[in-house]
Amino acid sequence: MIPGPFTYHRPASVEEAIGLMTSLGEESRPLAGGQSLIPMMKLRMAAPEHLIDLAGVAGLKRIDAGPDEIRIGAAVTQAQLIGSALLSERLPILSETALQIADPQVRTLGTIGGNLANGDPGNDMPAVMQCLGAIYVLAGPAGERQVAARDYYLGPYFTALEQGELLVAVRIPAPAAGHGHAYEKLKRKIGDYATAAAAVVLTATDGRIATASIALTNVAPTPIVAEEAARLVIGTSLDAATVKAASAAAKAIADPAADGRGTADYRREMAGVMVARALVKAFGRVKGA
Amino acid sequence: MSETQTLPITLTVNANKVQRFVEPRTLLVHFLREELGLTGTHIGCDTSHCGACTVEIDGQSIKSCTTFAVQANGAAINTVESLAHADGTLHALQEGFRQMHGLQCGFCTPGMLMRAKVLLTENPDPSEAEIRYGISGNLCRCTGYQNIVKAIQFAAAQLNGRTFQEAAE
Ligand SMILES: Cc1cc2nc3c(=O)[nH]c(=O)nc-3n(C[C@H](O)[C@H](O)[C@H](O)COP(=O)(O)OP(=O)(O)OC[C@H]3O[C@@H](n4cnc5c(N)ncnc54)[C@H](O)[C@@H]3O)c2cc1C
Ligand code: FES
Ligand code: FES
Repeated sequence: MIPGPFTYHRPASVEEAIGLMTSLGEESRPLAGGQSLIPMMKLRMAAPEHLIDLAGVAGLKRIDAGPDEIRIGAAVTQAQLIGSALLSERLPILSETALQIADPQVRTLGTIGGNLANGDPGNDMPAVMQCLGAIYVLAGPAGERQVAARDYYLGPYFTALEQGELLVAVRIPAPAAGHGHAYEKLKRKIGDYATAAAAVVLTATDGRIATASIALTNVAPTPIVAEEAARLVIGTSLDAATVKAASAAAKAIADPAADGRGTADYRREMAGVMVARALVKAFGRVKGA
Repeated sequence: MSETQTLPITLTVNANKVQRFVEPRTLLVHFLREELGLTGTHIGCDTSHCGACTVEIDGQSIKSCTTFAVQANGAAINTVESLAHADGTLHALQEGFRQMHGLQCGFCTPGMLMRAKVLLTENPDPSEAEIRYGISGNLCRCTGYQNIVKAIQFAAAQLNGRTFQEAAE
């Protein structure tokens, strides 16, 4: 399978990339790792006339860590996320998630920016960013604007990104030291998108959950935040009844489609199971509570 | 589009410098096989799943069916043709696949070998579980993987100066 013809551009800066996308219009698209876009172009589900390769764009490969915030450049690859000692220490949910995405070859090229910008409900990082309360930095002809991960996804492949805009970085509020985290993903095999998956980040004091955040992957047209489920676990020591109630609250907001991974009922049920597993794992990982 | 764009690319393939003009939509696997005649790299699924097209790029593994040749501009690529030593003796991995019967039809083998090569540089002494996870992007329809895992264990032992004691299944 050979993609349709296109003209290739390799800008050296964000400004140049935005300038190209603005002048070339609707038929131009950024190319990051190509691990979602090239398969779609081979199937002719996408046929952009111009590809703007971000590989040469300066400054998109940085990871900057401050005391309160970690900022990850859009072109940082999934392999880099896994290899980063800084992220393993301060944001271990990122490598835990990246290790459940695709396979080693795909992760060499696949980027965080491509995973977040894509808008495929099957992508794993968006729910993790919603769980973490991350903010996307979008650069466009009129300058930069910030959009919360929780507001970015509008429908399958439909996001807040405007034509001519690039996602340049994601800003993640640093979770408290000693927080517990988990990304639990049910998939049929390595390289498969989630049947259902859940991201959990929580903190605890004196054995009771102080803060909690939960988000779900691939059980609705967009990633979704399970607010009620998170509210139910706060203040508890995560006894079995609480886990069950949180799991039920998550199932109540899941709205999966039937597909090769299972019926809608099955996938909704699995969303509940993933939430239960992720809660228990995250709570078990809290340090110094 | 008025006329087809072609772009100059320069890359190092199996230690040789290569310069060519390519259409941007040319996939790296087609460039290697058709432009350079390096047909050791296979096309299995053509949908980014099977890993038969795996090559090494700047020390990492990628699927060459899911990469444009223009993306590899400036990079160093190694294909299965680079594995055997200059005097014709086999690389430890090739010897492992031979001794441990790590192939049957052989279609997945170039991808398995090139993935295993990078795996062993990242992790020179992997456990069985690490090997299985490390080759999880490579599918084999024949062997059941058991002897592929043993072949990689054989190579790891040899590269670490040990002898691999187990027999093939
Ligand atoms: C076999 C296989 C299995 C996979 N399994 C999973 C999985 O389990 N979970 C998962 O999450 N993903 C999976 N993926 C997808 C993979 O993670 C992709 O790498 C990722 O979704 C997209 O990243 P990319 O850098 O390759 O982006 P590309 O494919 O280059 O781009 C994807 C889309 O985002 C746009 N884009 C890219 N970067 C930007 C930017 N900075 N600003 C604005 N728009 C941008 C592009 O124009 C395009 O529309 C899989 C892929 C393969 C081939
Ligand atoms: S041919 Fe490239 S992954 Fe199958
Ligand atoms: S040996 Fe036949 S596919 Fe692996």
